Amino acid sequence: MRQATLPILTVVAAIFALWYLGAVWLNSDWAYDKAVRLDKDLTFSEMVIDTWSQDKPKLPAPHQVAAELWDTTIDKRITSKRSLVYHSWITLSSTLLGFVLGTGLGIALAIGIVYNRTMDMSVMPWVIASQTIPILALAPMIIVVLNAIGISGLLPKAIISMYLSFFPVVVGMVKGLRSPDNMQLDQMRTWNASPTQTFWRLRLPSSMPYLFTSLKVGMAASLVGAIVGELPTGAVAGLGARLLAGSYYGQTIQIWSALIMAAVLAALLVATIGMVQRATLKRMGLS
Amino acid sequence: MKTDTVISAKDLSLTFQTGDGPVHALKDVTLDIAKGDFVSFIGPSGCGKTTLLRAMADLEHPTSGTMTVNGTTAEEARRARAYGYVFQAAGLYPWRTIAGNISLPLEIMGYDKAEQARRIQRVLELVELEGFEKKYPWQLSGGMQQRASIARALAFDADLLLMDEPFGALDEIVRDHLNEQLLKLWERTNKTICFVTHSIPEAVYLSTRIVVMSPRPGRISDVIESPLPRERPLDIRDSPEFIEVAHRVRDGLRAGHSDDV
Repeated sequence: MRQATLPILTVVAAIFALWYLGAVWLNSDWAYDKAVRLDKDLTFSEMVIDTWSQDKPKLPAPHQVAAELWDTTIDKRITSKRSLVYHSWITLSSTLLGFVLGTGLGIALAIGIVYNRTMDMSVMPWVIASQTIPILALAPMIIVVLNAIGISGLLPKAIISMYLSFFPVVVGMVKGLRSPDNMQLDQMRTWNASPTQTFWRLRLPSSMPYLFTSLKVGMAASLVGAIVGELPTGAVAGLGARLLAGSYYGQTIQIWSALIMAAVLAALLVATIGMVQRATLKRMGLS
Repeated sequence: MKTDTVISAKDLSLTFQTGDGPVHALKDVTLDIAKGDFVSFIGPSGCGKTTLLRAMADLEHPTSGTMTVNGTTAEEARRARAYGYVFQAAGLYPWRTIAGNISLPLEIMGYDKAEQARRIQRVLELVELEGFEKKYPWQLSGGMQQRASIARALAFDADLLLMDEPFGALDEIVRDHLNEQLLKLWERTNKTICFVTHSIPEAVYLSTRIVVMSPRPGRISDVIESPLPRERPLDIRDSPEFIEVAHRVRDGLRAGHSDDV
Protein backbone atom coordinates (compact mmCIF):
# COMPACT_ATOMS: atom_id res chain seq x y z
CA MET A 1 0.00 0.00 0.00
CA ARG A 2 2.74 2.43 1.05
CA GLN A 3 4.78 1.86 -2.10
CA ALA A 4 1.71 2.68 -4.16
CA THR A 5 1.31 6.18 -2.69
CA LEU A 6 3.99 7.94 -4.72
CA PRO A 7 2.95 6.60 -8.15
CA ILE A 8 -0.68 7.41 -7.41
CA LEU A 9 0.14 10.97 -6.34
CA THR A 10 2.26 11.40 -9.46
CA VAL A 11 -0.62 10.38 -11.69
CA VAL A 12 -3.07 12.61 -9.83
CA ALA A 13 -0.67 15.56 -10.13
CA ALA A 14 -0.30 14.90 -13.86
CA ILE A 15 -4.10 14.84 -14.28
CA PHE A 16 -4.48 18.17 -12.47
CA ALA A 17 -1.69 19.74 -14.55
CA LEU A 18 -3.35 18.60 -17.78
CA TRP A 19 -6.70 19.81 -16.49
CA TYR A 20 -5.38 23.31 -15.78
CA LEU A 21 -3.64 23.43 -19.18
CA GLY A 22 -6.86 22.29 -20.84
CA ALA A 23 -8.77 25.04 -19.07
CA VAL A 24 -6.34 27.65 -20.42
CA TRP A 25 -6.56 26.24 -23.93
CA LEU A 26 -10.37 25.96 -24.05
CA ASN A 27 -11.28 29.14 -22.18
CA SER A 28 -8.71 31.52 -23.71
CA ASP A 29 -10.96 32.48 -26.70
CA TRP A 30 -13.58 33.87 -24.35
CA ALA A 31 -10.94 35.67 -22.31
CA TYR A 32 -9.60 37.42 -25.45
CA ASP A 33 -13.17 38.18 -26.66
CA LYS A 34 -13.95 39.97 -23.41
CA ALA A 35 -10.69 41.89 -23.64
CA VAL A 36 -11.42 42.98 -27.21
CA ARG A 37 -14.89 44.20 -26.22
CA LEU A 38 -13.44 46.22 -23.38
CA ASP A 39 -10.72 47.42 -25.74
CA LYS A 40 -8.02 46.18 -23.45
CA ASP A 41 -4.76 44.37 -23.96
CA LEU A 42 -4.28 41.12 -22.08
CA THR A 43 -0.92 39.96 -20.83
CA PHE A 44 -0.31 36.25 -20.84
CA SER A 45 -0.63 35.93 -17.06
CA GLU A 46 -3.84 37.97 -16.99
CA MET A 47 -5.25 35.69 -19.67
CA VAL A 48 -4.30 32.58 -17.69
CA ILE A 49 -5.85 33.90 -14.50
CA ASP A 50 -9.02 34.79 -16.40
CA THR A 51 -9.36 31.31 -17.92
CA TRP A 52 -9.27 29.83 -14.43
CA SER A 53 -11.93 32.09 -12.95
CA GLN A 54 -14.71 32.54 -15.56
CA ASP A 55 -18.38 32.19 -14.56
CA LYS A 56 -19.34 29.86 -17.37
CA PRO A 57 -16.09 28.38 -18.67
CA LYS A 58 -16.03 25.70 -21.34
CA LEU A 59 -13.83 23.71 -18.97
CA PRO A 60 -13.89 24.82 -15.33
CA ALA A 61 -10.62 24.62 -13.44
CA PRO A 62 -10.35 22.05 -10.63
CA HIS A 63 -10.40 24.65 -7.86
CA GLN A 64 -13.66 26.10 -9.24
CA VAL A 65 -15.28 22.65 -9.15
CA ALA A 66 -13.90 22.05 -5.68
CA ALA A 67 -15.28 25.37 -4.45
CA GLU A 68 -18.68 24.60 -5.96
CA LEU A 69 -18.63 21.13 -4.34
CA TRP A 70 -17.72 22.65 -0.98
CA ASP A 71 -20.40 25.29 -1.31
CA THR A 72 -23.16 22.84 -2.27
CA THR A 73 -22.33 20.04 0.16
CA ILE A 74 -20.87 21.59 3.31
CA ASP A 75 -22.25 25.14 3.32
CA LYS A 76 -25.83 24.38 2.29
CA ARG A 77 -28.34 22.72 4.61
CA ILE A 78 -29.02 19.25 3.24
CA THR A 79 -32.73 20.00 3.00
CA SER A 80 -32.02 22.88 0.61
CA LYS A 81 -32.90 22.38 -3.07
CA ARG A 82 -29.44 23.67 -3.91
CA SER A 83 -27.64 21.10 -1.74
CA LEU A 84 -25.78 18.46 -3.71
CA VAL A 85 -26.17 16.11 -0.75
CA TYR A 86 -29.95 16.38 -1.16
CA HIS A 87 -29.73 15.66 -4.90
CA SER A 88 -27.33 12.77 -4.29
CA TRP A 89 -29.74 11.26 -1.81
CA ILE A 90 -32.58 11.39 -4.37
CA THR A 91 -30.41 9.57 -6.91
CA LEU A 92 -28.99 7.19 -4.30
CA SER A 93 -32.41 6.08 -3.12
CA SER A 94 -33.55 5.06 -6.58
CA THR A 95 -30.12 3.53 -7.28
CA LEU A 96 -30.40 1.32 -4.20
CA LEU A 97 -34.02 0.33 -4.85
CA GLY A 98 -33.17 -0.47 -8.48
CA PHE A 99 -30.10 -2.41 -7.36
CA VAL A 100 -32.14 -4.55 -4.96
CA LEU A 101 -34.81 -5.18 -7.60
CA GLY A 102 -32.21 -5.93 -10.27
CA THR A 103 -30.27 -8.30 -8.03
CA GLY A 104 -33.48 -10.11 -7.11
CA LEU A 105 -34.56 -10.41 -10.74
CA GLY A 106 -31.08 -11.47 -11.81
CA ILE A 107 -30.80 -14.22 -9.20
CA ALA A 108 -34.34 -15.45 -9.94
CA LEU A 109 -33.62 -15.66 -13.68
CA ALA A 110 -30.28 -17.39 -13.05
CA ILE A 111 -31.95 -20.05 -10.88
CA GLY A 112 -34.55 -20.58 -13.60
CA ILE A 113 -31.87 -20.89 -16.27
CA VAL A 114 -29.81 -23.37 -14.22
CA TYR A 115 -32.70 -25.57 -13.12
CA ASN A 116 -35.06 -25.39 -16.10
CA ARG A 117 -33.97 -26.59 -19.52
CA THR A 118 -36.61 -24.59 -21.37
CA MET A 119 -35.50 -21.39 -19.67
CA ASP A 120 -31.88 -22.30 -20.32
CA MET A 121 -32.59 -22.47 -24.06
CA SER A 122 -34.91 -19.47 -24.27
CA VAL A 123 -34.16 -16.78 -21.71
CA MET A 124 -30.50 -15.93 -22.29
CA PRO A 125 -30.93 -14.53 -25.85
CA TRP A 126 -33.66 -12.19 -24.55
CA VAL A 127 -31.50 -11.12 -21.64
CA ILE A 128 -28.69 -10.23 -24.03
CA ALA A 129 -31.07 -8.55 -26.49
CA SER A 130 -32.44 -6.41 -23.65
CA GLN A 131 -29.01 -4.88 -23.16
CA THR A 132 -28.52 -3.98 -26.82
CA ILE A 133 -31.36 -1.43 -26.71
CA PRO A 134 -29.88 1.98 -25.81
CA ILE A 135 -31.18 2.81 -22.36
CA LEU A 136 -31.51 6.47 -23.36
CA ALA A 137 -34.14 5.48 -25.93
CA LEU A 138 -35.96 3.20 -23.56
CA ALA A 139 -35.96 5.34 -20.42
CA PRO A 140 -38.58 7.91 -21.56
CA MET A 141 -40.90 5.07 -22.65
CA ILE A 142 -40.68 3.38 -19.27
CA ILE A 143 -41.37 6.67 -17.48
CA VAL A 144 -44.29 7.62 -19.76
CA VAL A 145 -45.90 4.18 -19.61
CA LEU A 146 -45.56 3.91 -15.84
CA ASN A 147 -46.87 7.45 -15.43
CA ALA A 148 -49.90 6.53 -17.53
CA ILE A 149 -50.78 3.76 -15.09
CA GLY A 150 -50.29 6.03 -12.14
CA ILE A 151 -46.78 5.09 -11.04
CA SER A 152 -44.42 8.00 -10.62
CA GLY A 153 -41.66 9.21 -8.33
CA LEU A 154 -39.02 6.78 -7.15
CA LEU A 155 -40.18 3.56 -8.79
CA PRO A 156 -39.87 4.43 -12.52
CA LYS A 157 -36.25 5.50 -12.02
CA ALA A 158 -35.58 2.39 -9.94
CA ILE A 159 -36.97 0.24 -12.75
CA ILE A 160 -34.50 1.77 -15.20
CA SER A 161 -31.73 0.99 -12.70
CA MET A 162 -33.04 -2.54 -12.40
CA TYR A 163 -33.07 -2.90 -16.18
CA LEU A 164 -29.34 -2.19 -16.29
CA SER A 165 -28.26 -3.96 -13.12
CA PHE A 166 -30.00 -7.34 -13.49
CA PHE A 167 -27.85 -8.25 -16.50
CA PRO A 168 -24.44 -8.72 -14.84
CA VAL A 169 -26.17 -10.58 -12.00
CA VAL A 170 -27.84 -13.07 -14.36
CA VAL A 171 -24.62 -13.74 -16.25
CA GLY A 172 -22.51 -14.06 -13.09
CA MET A 173 -24.98 -16.17 -11.15
CA VAL A 174 -25.59 -18.63 -14.00
CA LYS A 175 -21.85 -19.23 -14.04
CA GLY A 176 -21.67 -19.30 -10.25
CA LEU A 177 -24.55 -21.74 -9.74
CA ARG A 178 -22.94 -24.01 -12.32
CA SER A 179 -19.49 -23.79 -10.75
CA PRO A 180 -19.71 -26.95 -8.57
CA ASP A 181 -17.83 -29.70 -10.43
CA ASN A 182 -19.22 -33.10 -11.42
CA MET A 183 -17.68 -34.79 -8.41
CA GLN A 184 -19.48 -32.46 -6.00
CA LEU A 185 -22.78 -33.01 -7.80
CA ASP A 186 -22.23 -36.80 -7.88
CA GLN A 187 -21.52 -36.68 -4.17
CA MET A 188 -24.91 -35.05 -3.61
CA ARG A 189 -26.49 -37.82 -5.70
CA THR A 190 -24.88 -40.53 -3.56
CA TRP A 191 -26.66 -38.98 -0.56
CA ASN A 192 -29.88 -38.82 -2.58
CA ALA A 193 -30.10 -35.08 -1.92
CA SER A 194 -33.08 -33.20 -3.34
CA PRO A 195 -32.53 -30.35 -5.83
CA THR A 196 -33.49 -27.87 -3.09
CA GLN A 197 -30.89 -29.32 -0.70
CA THR A 198 -28.26 -29.24 -3.45
CA PHE A 199 -29.13 -25.62 -4.14
CA TRP A 200 -28.87 -24.33 -0.57
CA ARG A 201 -25.93 -26.44 0.53
CA LEU A 202 -23.77 -26.58 -2.59
CA ARG A 203 -24.77 -24.39 -5.53
CA LEU A 204 -25.58 -21.18 -3.68
CA PRO A 205 -22.47 -21.11 -1.41
CA SER A 206 -20.27 -22.01 -4.40
CA SER A 207 -21.67 -19.07 -6.38
CA MET A 208 -20.70 -16.40 -3.84
CA PRO A 209 -17.44 -15.24 -5.50
CA TYR A 210 -19.33 -14.81 -8.78
CA LEU A 211 -22.23 -13.05 -7.08
CA PHE A 212 -20.06 -10.36 -5.50
CA THR A 213 -18.22 -9.62 -8.74
CA SER A 214 -21.60 -9.23 -10.47
CA LEU A 215 -22.93 -7.03 -7.68
CA LYS A 216 -20.06 -4.56 -8.14
CA VAL A 217 -20.79 -4.20 -11.86
CA GLY A 218 -24.52 -4.14 -11.16
CA MET A 219 -24.19 -1.37 -8.59
CA ALA A 220 -22.31 0.90 -10.99
CA ALA A 221 -24.85 0.16 -13.73
CA SER A 222 -27.64 0.91 -11.29
CA LEU A 223 -26.29 4.39 -10.60
CA VAL A 224 -26.00 5.10 -14.32
CA GLY A 225 -29.61 3.91 -14.69
CA ALA A 226 -30.87 6.24 -11.96
CA ILE A 227 -29.08 9.25 -13.49
CA VAL A 228 -30.31 8.41 -16.99
CA GLY A 229 -33.81 8.01 -15.52
CA GLU A 230 -33.69 11.60 -14.29
CA LEU A 231 -32.61 13.10 -17.61
CA PRO A 232 -35.62 12.78 -19.95
CA THR A 233 -38.36 13.42 -17.43
CA GLY A 234 -37.87 16.97 -16.43
CA ALA A 235 -37.02 15.74 -12.98
CA VAL A 236 -36.40 18.61 -10.58
CA ALA A 237 -34.20 16.68 -8.16
CA GLY A 238 -31.35 14.23 -8.39
CA LEU A 239 -27.86 14.28 -9.90
CA GLY A 240 -29.36 13.74 -13.36
CA ALA A 241 -31.57 16.79 -12.92
CA ARG A 242 -28.54 18.83 -11.84
CA LEU A 243 -26.67 17.72 -14.98
CA LEU A 244 -29.61 18.63 -17.19
CA ALA A 245 -30.26 21.99 -15.53
CA GLY A 246 -26.57 22.75 -15.73
CA SER A 247 -26.50 22.11 -19.46
CA TYR A 248 -29.64 24.22 -20.07
CA TYR A 249 -28.11 27.27 -18.43
CA GLY A 250 -24.50 26.65 -19.43
CA GLN A 251 -23.55 26.08 -15.78
CA THR A 252 -20.51 23.99 -16.54
CA ILE A 253 -19.21 24.22 -12.99
CA GLN A 254 -22.49 22.75 -11.74
CA ILE A 255 -22.27 19.91 -14.32
CA TRP A 256 -18.73 19.05 -13.33
CA SER A 257 -19.49 19.04 -9.63
CA ALA A 258 -22.50 16.78 -10.22
CA LEU A 259 -20.31 14.47 -12.30
CA ILE A 260 -17.69 14.29 -9.60
CA MET A 261 -20.35 13.68 -6.98
CA ALA A 262 -21.70 10.79 -9.10
CA ALA A 263 -18.21 9.33 -9.42
CA VAL A 264 -17.61 9.60 -5.67
CA LEU A 265 -20.97 7.97 -5.00
CA ALA A 266 -20.18 5.09 -7.38
CA ALA A 267 -16.77 4.59 -5.80
CA LEU A 268 -18.27 4.49 -2.30
CA LEU A 269 -21.01 2.03 -3.28
CA VAL A 270 -18.63 -0.32 -5.08
CA ALA A 271 -16.11 -0.10 -2.25
CA THR A 272 -18.83 -1.02 0.24
CA ILE A 273 -19.67 -4.17 -1.74
CA GLY A 274 -15.96 -4.90 -1.96
CA MET A 275 -15.67 -4.79 1.83
CA VAL A 276 -18.65 -7.11 2.32
CA GLN A 277 -17.15 -9.38 -0.36
CA ARG A 278 -13.77 -9.64 1.34
CA ALA A 279 -15.31 -10.31 4.76
CA THR A 280 -17.76 -12.92 3.46
CA LEU A 281 -15.37 -14.84 1.21
CA LYS A 282 -12.70 -14.86 3.88
CA ARG A 283 -15.17 -16.29 6.37
CA MET A 284 -16.24 -18.91 3.82
CA GLY A 285 -12.66 -19.91 3.02
CA LEU A 286 -13.22 -19.02 -0.65
CA SER A 287 -10.77 -16.17 -1.05
CA MET B 1 -27.10 -65.81 -5.50
CA LYS B 2 -26.14 -66.54 -1.92
CA THR B 3 -28.08 -64.84 0.86
CA ASP B 4 -25.06 -62.86 2.03
CA THR B 5 -24.35 -61.41 -1.39
CA VAL B 6 -24.29 -57.62 -1.22
CA ILE B 7 -23.51 -56.75 -4.83
CA SER B 8 -24.28 -58.87 -7.81
CA ALA B 9 -23.44 -57.90 -11.38
CA LYS B 10 -24.62 -60.17 -14.17
CA ASP B 11 -23.56 -59.83 -17.83
CA LEU B 12 -23.13 -56.14 -17.21
CA SER B 13 -22.19 -54.00 -20.23
CA LEU B 14 -21.85 -50.25 -20.40
CA THR B 15 -21.17 -48.32 -23.59
CA PHE B 16 -20.49 -44.59 -23.78
CA GLN B 17 -21.46 -42.86 -27.02
CA THR B 18 -18.70 -40.41 -27.91
CA GLY B 19 -17.79 -38.30 -30.90
CA ASP B 20 -15.31 -40.98 -31.96
CA GLY B 21 -17.93 -43.73 -31.83
CA PRO B 22 -18.98 -46.03 -28.99
CA VAL B 23 -16.55 -46.80 -26.15
CA HIS B 24 -17.11 -50.14 -24.43
CA ALA B 25 -16.30 -49.23 -20.84
CA LEU B 26 -17.60 -52.55 -19.53
CA LYS B 27 -18.42 -55.76 -21.38
CA ASP B 28 -20.16 -58.82 -19.90
CA VAL B 29 -19.00 -58.30 -16.35
CA THR B 30 -20.31 -60.91 -13.90
CA LEU B 31 -19.30 -60.66 -10.25
CA ASP B 32 -20.74 -61.36 -6.80
CA ILE B 33 -19.48 -59.58 -3.71
CA ALA B 34 -20.24 -61.12 -0.32
CA LYS B 35 -21.00 -59.26 2.89
CA GLY B 36 -17.89 -58.32 4.84
CA ASP B 37 -15.54 -58.69 1.87
CA PHE B 38 -12.83 -56.21 1.05
CA VAL B 39 -12.68 -56.24 -2.74
CA SER B 40 -10.10 -54.30 -4.72
CA PHE B 41 -10.47 -53.47 -8.40
CA ILE B 42 -7.17 -53.05 -10.17
CA GLY B 43 -6.23 -52.46 -13.77
CA PRO B 44 -4.75 -49.93 -16.18
CA SER B 45 -6.65 -46.75 -16.95
CA GLY B 46 -9.57 -47.31 -19.26
CA CYS B 47 -10.28 -50.80 -17.89
CA GLY B 48 -13.61 -49.71 -16.47
CA LYS B 49 -12.84 -50.16 -12.77
CA THR B 50 -14.16 -46.76 -11.84
CA THR B 51 -17.12 -47.16 -14.19
CA LEU B 52 -18.01 -50.45 -12.48
CA LEU B 53 -17.86 -48.76 -9.07
CA ARG B 54 -19.99 -45.88 -10.35
CA ALA B 55 -22.51 -48.37 -11.75
CA MET B 56 -22.81 -49.91 -8.26
CA ALA B 57 -23.47 -46.40 -6.96
CA ASP B 58 -26.08 -45.66 -9.67
CA LEU B 59 -23.90 -42.83 -10.97
CA GLU B 60 -23.62 -44.63 -14.35
CA HIS B 61 -26.36 -46.63 -16.02
CA PRO B 62 -25.51 -50.00 -17.58
CA THR B 63 -26.46 -50.47 -21.23
CA SER B 64 -27.39 -54.11 -20.61
CA GLY B 65 -27.23 -56.74 -17.89
CA THR B 66 -28.30 -56.40 -14.27
CA MET B 67 -26.75 -54.86 -11.19
CA THR B 68 -28.28 -55.54 -7.80
CA VAL B 69 -27.18 -53.96 -4.54
CA ASN B 70 -28.59 -55.41 -1.30
CA GLY B 71 -31.03 -57.38 -3.46
CA THR B 72 -32.52 -54.25 -5.04
CA THR B 73 -31.64 -52.24 -8.13
CA ALA B 74 -28.72 -49.85 -7.85
CA GLU B 75 -31.11 -46.89 -8.02
CA GLU B 76 -33.25 -48.17 -5.15
CA ALA B 77 -30.11 -48.81 -3.15
CA ARG B 78 -28.91 -45.25 -3.76
CA ARG B 79 -32.29 -43.85 -2.72
CA ALA B 80 -32.13 -45.98 0.43
CA ARG B 81 -28.64 -44.55 1.08
CA ALA B 82 -27.18 -48.05 1.09
CA TYR B 83 -23.58 -46.99 0.53
CA GLY B 84 -21.02 -44.36 1.38
CA TYR B 85 -18.89 -43.19 -1.54
CA VAL B 86 -15.37 -41.82 -1.19
CA PHE B 87 -14.01 -39.94 -4.19
CA GLN B 88 -10.37 -39.48 -5.18
CA ALA B 89 -10.49 -35.86 -4.01
CA ALA B 90 -11.67 -35.26 -0.46
CA GLY B 91 -14.21 -32.72 -1.74
CA LEU B 92 -14.73 -31.04 1.63
CA TYR B 93 -16.62 -27.73 1.58
CA PRO B 94 -14.21 -24.91 2.50
CA TRP B 95 -16.99 -22.93 4.18
CA ARG B 96 -17.79 -25.74 6.61
CA THR B 97 -15.74 -27.01 9.53
CA ILE B 98 -14.75 -30.68 9.66
CA ALA B 99 -17.78 -31.36 11.88
CA GLY B 100 -19.93 -29.32 9.49
CA ASN B 101 -18.69 -31.33 6.54
CA ILE B 102 -19.43 -34.62 8.25
CA SER B 103 -22.89 -33.43 9.25
CA LEU B 104 -23.68 -32.48 5.64
CA PRO B 105 -25.09 -35.90 4.60
CA LEU B 106 -26.71 -36.20 8.03
CA GLU B 107 -28.56 -32.90 7.53
CA ILE B 108 -29.65 -34.01 4.08
CA MET B 109 -30.93 -37.27 5.51
CA GLY B 110 -32.82 -35.48 8.27
CA TYR B 111 -31.03 -36.59 11.45
CA ASP B 112 -31.69 -34.32 14.42
CA LYS B 113 -28.97 -32.15 15.95
CA ALA B 114 -28.20 -34.41 18.91
CA GLU B 115 -27.91 -37.48 16.70
CA GLN B 116 -25.67 -35.55 14.28
CA ALA B 117 -23.33 -34.58 17.11
CA ARG B 118 -23.23 -38.14 18.43
CA ARG B 119 -22.41 -39.59 15.00
CA ILE B 120 -19.77 -36.93 14.25
CA GLN B 121 -17.94 -37.86 17.45
CA ARG B 122 -18.14 -41.57 16.67
CA VAL B 123 -16.80 -41.38 13.10
CA LEU B 124 -14.10 -38.84 14.01
CA GLU B 125 -12.90 -41.37 16.54
CA LEU B 126 -12.99 -44.13 13.89
CA VAL B 127 -10.67 -42.16 11.58
CA GLU B 128 -8.60 -40.83 14.50
CA LEU B 129 -9.45 -37.17 13.99
CA GLU B 130 -10.80 -36.42 17.46
CA GLY B 131 -10.34 -32.78 18.39
CA PHE B 132 -10.38 -31.53 14.79
CA GLU B 133 -14.13 -30.93 14.53
CA LYS B 134 -13.84 -27.13 14.72
CA LYS B 135 -10.99 -26.89 12.19
CA TYR B 136 -11.54 -25.87 8.59
CA PRO B 137 -10.39 -28.15 5.74
CA TRP B 138 -7.50 -25.89 4.74
CA GLN B 139 -6.08 -26.29 8.23
CA LEU B 140 -5.66 -30.06 7.65
CA SER B 141 -3.08 -32.00 5.61
CA GLY B 142 -4.16 -33.90 2.49
CA GLY B 143 -4.19 -37.22 4.33
CA MET B 144 -6.27 -35.79 7.16
CA GLN B 145 -8.71 -34.29 4.68
CA GLN B 146 -9.16 -37.67 3.03
CA ARG B 147 -9.75 -39.26 6.46
CA ALA B 148 -12.41 -36.62 7.12
CA SER B 149 -14.04 -37.50 3.82
CA ILE B 150 -14.04 -41.19 4.83
CA ALA B 151 -15.61 -40.18 8.16
CA ARG B 152 -18.28 -38.34 6.20
CA ALA B 153 -19.00 -41.46 4.13
CA LEU B 154 -19.24 -43.54 7.32
CA ALA B 155 -21.44 -41.10 9.24
CA PHE B 156 -24.81 -42.43 8.07
CA ASP B 157 -23.97 -46.07 8.78
CA ALA B 158 -24.24 -47.58 5.35
CA ASP B 159 -23.00 -51.19 5.36
CA LEU B 160 -21.28 -50.71 2.05
CA LEU B 161 -18.32 -48.44 1.39
CA LEU B 162 -17.36 -47.64 -2.21
CA MET B 163 -13.92 -46.05 -2.57
CA ASP B 164 -12.57 -44.69 -5.85
CA GLU B 165 -8.77 -44.37 -5.57
CA PRO B 166 -9.17 -42.52 -2.27
CA PHE B 167 -5.44 -42.43 -1.55
CA GLY B 168 -4.29 -41.95 -5.16
CA ALA B 169 -3.23 -38.34 -4.67
CA LEU B 170 -1.28 -38.96 -1.44
CA ASP B 171 2.37 -39.78 -0.95
CA GLU B 172 3.64 -43.27 -0.14
CA ILE B 173 4.18 -42.76 3.61
CA VAL B 174 0.76 -41.23 4.22
CA ARG B 175 -0.80 -43.90 2.04
CA ASP B 176 0.76 -46.74 4.08
CA HIS B 177 -0.56 -45.20 7.25
CA LEU B 178 -4.06 -44.73 5.85
CA ASN B 179 -4.09 -48.30 4.49
CA GLU B 180 -3.33 -49.60 7.96
CA GLN B 181 -6.05 -47.41 9.45
CA LEU B 182 -8.54 -48.49 6.82
CA LEU B 183 -7.93 -52.17 7.62
CA LYS B 184 -8.47 -51.47 11.32
CA LEU B 185 -11.65 -49.60 10.52
CA TRP B 186 -12.90 -52.44 8.32
CA GLU B 187 -12.13 -54.90 11.14
CA ARG B 188 -14.11 -52.85 13.67
CA THR B 189 -17.13 -51.99 11.55
CA ASN B 190 -17.43 -55.19 9.51
CA LYS B 191 -18.44 -53.24 6.42
CA THR B 192 -18.25 -54.46 2.85
CA ILE B 193 -15.67 -52.38 0.98
CA CYS B 194 -15.16 -51.99 -2.76
CA PHE B 195 -11.86 -50.26 -3.43
CA VAL B 196 -10.56 -49.03 -6.78
CA THR B 197 -6.79 -48.65 -7.03
CA HIS B 198 -3.93 -48.87 -9.49
CA SER B 199 -1.34 -49.85 -6.89
CA ILE B 200 -0.58 -53.58 -6.70
CA PRO B 201 0.84 -53.53 -3.12
CA GLU B 202 -2.16 -51.53 -1.93
CA ALA B 203 -4.61 -53.97 -3.50
CA VAL B 204 -2.84 -57.05 -2.11
CA TYR B 205 -2.33 -55.58 1.33
CA LEU B 206 -5.95 -54.54 1.80
CA SER B 207 -8.11 -57.07 0.02
CA THR B 208 -9.75 -60.39 0.70
CA ARG B 209 -10.43 -60.53 -3.04
CA ILE B 210 -8.68 -58.80 -5.90
CA VAL B 211 -10.50 -58.23 -9.17
CA VAL B 212 -8.03 -57.72 -12.03
CA MET B 213 -9.48 -55.86 -15.00
CA SER B 214 -8.26 -55.15 -18.53
CA PRO B 215 -9.22 -52.52 -21.09
CA ARG B 216 -10.86 -52.29 -24.53
CA PRO B 217 -13.43 -53.54 -23.78
CA GLY B 218 -13.36 -53.21 -20.00
CA ARG B 219 -13.66 -56.69 -18.54
CA ILE B 220 -12.62 -58.88 -15.60
CA SER B 221 -9.54 -60.93 -16.44
CA ASP B 222 -8.92 -62.58 -13.06
CA VAL B 223 -10.41 -62.79 -9.56
CA ILE B 224 -7.90 -63.67 -6.85
CA GLU B 225 -8.91 -64.90 -3.38
CA SER B 226 -6.26 -63.70 -0.99
CA PRO B 227 -4.74 -66.38 1.26
CA LEU B 228 -3.53 -63.70 3.70
CA PRO B 229 -5.06 -63.66 7.19
CA ARG B 230 -7.46 -60.84 8.13
CA GLU B 231 -4.99 -59.59 10.71
CA ARG B 232 -2.30 -57.84 8.65
CA PRO B 233 0.64 -55.93 10.07
CA LEU B 234 2.46 -53.72 7.52
CA ASP B 235 5.46 -56.10 7.36
CA ILE B 236 3.22 -58.84 5.96
CA ARG B 237 4.23 -57.27 2.66
CA ASP B 238 7.60 -59.02 2.92
CA SER B 239 6.05 -62.48 3.37
CA PRO B 240 6.24 -65.08 0.56
CA GLU B 241 2.42 -65.32 0.42
CA PHE B 242 2.12 -61.59 -0.16
CA ILE B 243 4.75 -61.63 -2.89
CA GLU B 244 3.06 -64.59 -4.57
CA VAL B 245 -0.33 -62.85 -4.67
CA ALA B 246 1.32 -59.70 -5.99
CA HIS B 247 2.92 -61.82 -8.74
CA ARG B 248 -0.43 -63.24 -9.73
CA VAL B 249 -1.95 -59.77 -9.92
CA ARG B 250 0.96 -58.58 -12.08
CA ASP B 251 0.57 -61.61 -14.37
CA GLY B 252 -3.16 -60.88 -14.68
CA LEU B 253 -2.46 -57.26 -15.59
CA ARG B 254 0.15 -58.32 -18.16
CA ALA B 255 -2.20 -60.88 -19.74
CA GLY B 256 -4.85 -58.21 -20.17
CA HIS B 257 -2.33 -55.95 -21.86
CA SER B 258 -0.66 -58.54 -24.13
CA ASP B 259 -2.95 -57.87 -27.09
CA ASP B 260 -2.02 -54.23 -27.48
CA VAL B 261 1.49 -53.75 -26.11
